Amino acid sequence: MSLAKITRIPGRALAVPGDDIDTDRIIPARFLRCVTFDGLGEHAFRDERFTPEGVAREHPMNRPDAREASILVSGQNFGCGSSREHAPQSLWRFGFKAIIAGSFAEIFFGNSTGIGVPCVTLGPGDLAALTAWVQANPAGEVAVDLEAMTVSAGGKVMRAAMPDSARSSLTAGKWDSIADLLEGGAETGRVAKTLPYVA
Amino acid sequence: MAKTLFQKVWDAHAVRLLPNGQTQLFIGTHLIHEVTSPQAFGMIRDLGLKVRYPHRTFATVDHIVPTNELREPYSDPIAQEMIEALRKNTRDHGIRFFDTNTGAQGIVHMVGPEQGITQPGTTIACGDSHTATHGAFGAIAFGIGTTQVRDVLATQTLALSPLKVRRIEVNGALAPGVYAKDVILHIIRLLGVNGGLGYAYEYAGSTFDNFSLEERMTVCNMSIEGGARCGYVNPDQKTFDYLKGRPHAPKAAEWDAAVARWRSFASDPGCAYDDIVRIDAASIRPTVTWGITPGQAIFIDEAMPVPATLKDGDRATAEEAYRHMKLAPGLPIKGTKVDVAFLGSCTNGRISDLREVARHLKGRKVKAGLKAIVVPGSQITAAQAEKEGLAEVFRDAGFEWRGAGCSMCLAMNPDKLVGDQLCASSSNRNFKGRQGSITGRTVLMSPLMVAAAAITGEVADAREVFGIR
Repeated sequence: MSLAKITRIPGRALAVPGDDIDTDRIIPARFLRCVTFDGLGEHAFRDERFTPEGVAREHPMNRPDAREASILVSGQNFGCGSSREHAPQSLWRFGFKAIIAGSFAEIFFGNSTGIGVPCVTLGPGDLAALTAWVQANPAGEVAVDLEAMTVSAGGKVMRAAMPDSARSSLTAGKWDSIADLLEGGAETGRVAKTLPYVA
Repeated sequence: MAKTLFQKVWDAHAVRLLPNGQTQLFIGTHLIHEVTSPQAFGMIRDLGLKVRYPHRTFATVDHIVPTNELREPYSDPIAQEMIEALRKNTRDHGIRFFDTNTGAQGIVHMVGPEQGITQPGTTIACGDSHTATHGAFGAIAFGIGTTQVRDVLATQTLALSPLKVRRIEVNGALAPGVYAKDVILHIIRLLGVNGGLGYAYEYAGSTFDNFSLEERMTVCNMSIEGGARCGYVNPDQKTFDYLKGRPHAPKAAEWDAAVARWRSFASDPGCAYDDIVRIDAASIRPTVTWGITPGQAIFIDEAMPVPATLKDGDRATAEEAYRHMKLAPGLPIKGTKVDVAFLGSCTNGRISDLREVARHLKGRKVKAGLKAIVVPGSQITAAQAEKEGLAEVFRDAGFEWRGAGCSMCLAMNPDKLVGDQLCASSSNRNFKGRQGSITGRTVLMSPLMVAAAAITGEVADAREVFGIR
């Protein structure tokens, strides 16, 4: 299986500020009534973007050019709550190829990087500055660089962070775990034999 | 060297180090349900892979099942499609499915323990964030996404990084009317909704020693609400007694060896922890949430916090919470009008929860105009409650007695809040929109507090309502 090496994500960014944005908000449970991930992009942040009657609210993701953005910027503990992979799937299908936040909930982080969507963190000062810059310059270019581990925007280069295991998997084009796991098949069988409840 | 249970289980299941520095970890038990598995089966089909250890995956259906409609096809065609996809996938791959006609269907985190599938010293994974529930048995249990469900189906392993271990020690006796639910809400309030990031929580101390397995499950269940992917309690005699005789527990000839092995996984005295937190059980009072995260919680007799007095990072979320909840800072939450009472979920839908509530509810009535539903977490629990006459107590009081499932915890089935109804709920999440209405409001609390709310029609102190001293 050959995957793209994900080293640098340039593009427009869009800020959805706030802390503790949970996966129920990113993709409400009613959209989990499905057997494929197709079409989830339409429903990302659905209830933040539309009233129950379907009227569009004021929301950055409702701007006419929102789907041209490839980087999402948010706050602390992004993606907390439910383990639904539907959340990163919906963001990716909406158009986001990278996410910048103050911190990420663990399951969301693994679900995102596992489908090739890097999640990098910035310190509080840089995150606030980036959020303000993105809001003021919606068409401006932002870049997430996974080799230099930086986020750049408006001529400013900020130090970003991401656990090295996920970072190196993305830059090496090995972010989908299945190939590595299959390769350990024989050793897996040996471990299974040592576990009485499995054998 | 002295080790924690987490370290011992990890070491026993480590297959190899992966090129990116993560560990390939063997997953002994895989639990699946209808919401997060169909795409994973699709992926293994597309890749031409098979299920590697079909006898180590167990399935049930819980999220989408209606609780007041037994006959199929269900009125929701998508729910029907999802249950049928799971039937086909489990049949095609030879996976045991606790379907609705088995008498053993229920919320996946109740089925594992009831069947004796959940065992100490094992690794468990499930495409559901409340998988830490199984940690109550001294298992290391991970909530995972769908791509990882694929990984477990195809390889019985996951690529994971080890976690740090924080011991949360609660000592002493809980005051009457204070329950395991109050303990975990209090822990999350103290440590924050992201305080557990990067940690497994080891719950310990005399309070946990005295807890039943069901109470331990309530606490472990909500670990993820505190940011911790795993939570566990060291296995002890109570654990073994709970498992003995269950369908998937080791049989007579293997029992003693299994118990000895299980016991050996408990954290060693003197092992090192990355962090230790100590809480005095006597300091905990009945706890309720007032906001839109499980950490936004107060004791029932406290006033809701004024945002200006909160830490910088908490202020904006608090203001957003007040707007959504239509509540006012500085006021008591007690006395807030309640529209719906929901008793159930993988946090508090067990037989001991139903027994405790029924014991106090007998002879009382749900407030006129209030919708109150009881959703036993599993068919086995429902049948037991019927047998003990608990169901009748609930019906007599004016509760709707429903079939087993996740129901209004996340409202993927027809059980939903309407408009800005406020729900007194024994579930685990008070996120905006969580219970099926965008403007719906959730106040999390213990099962007995839900009953107190149902009777009085407002957020109430169960100790006062039921005369508990």
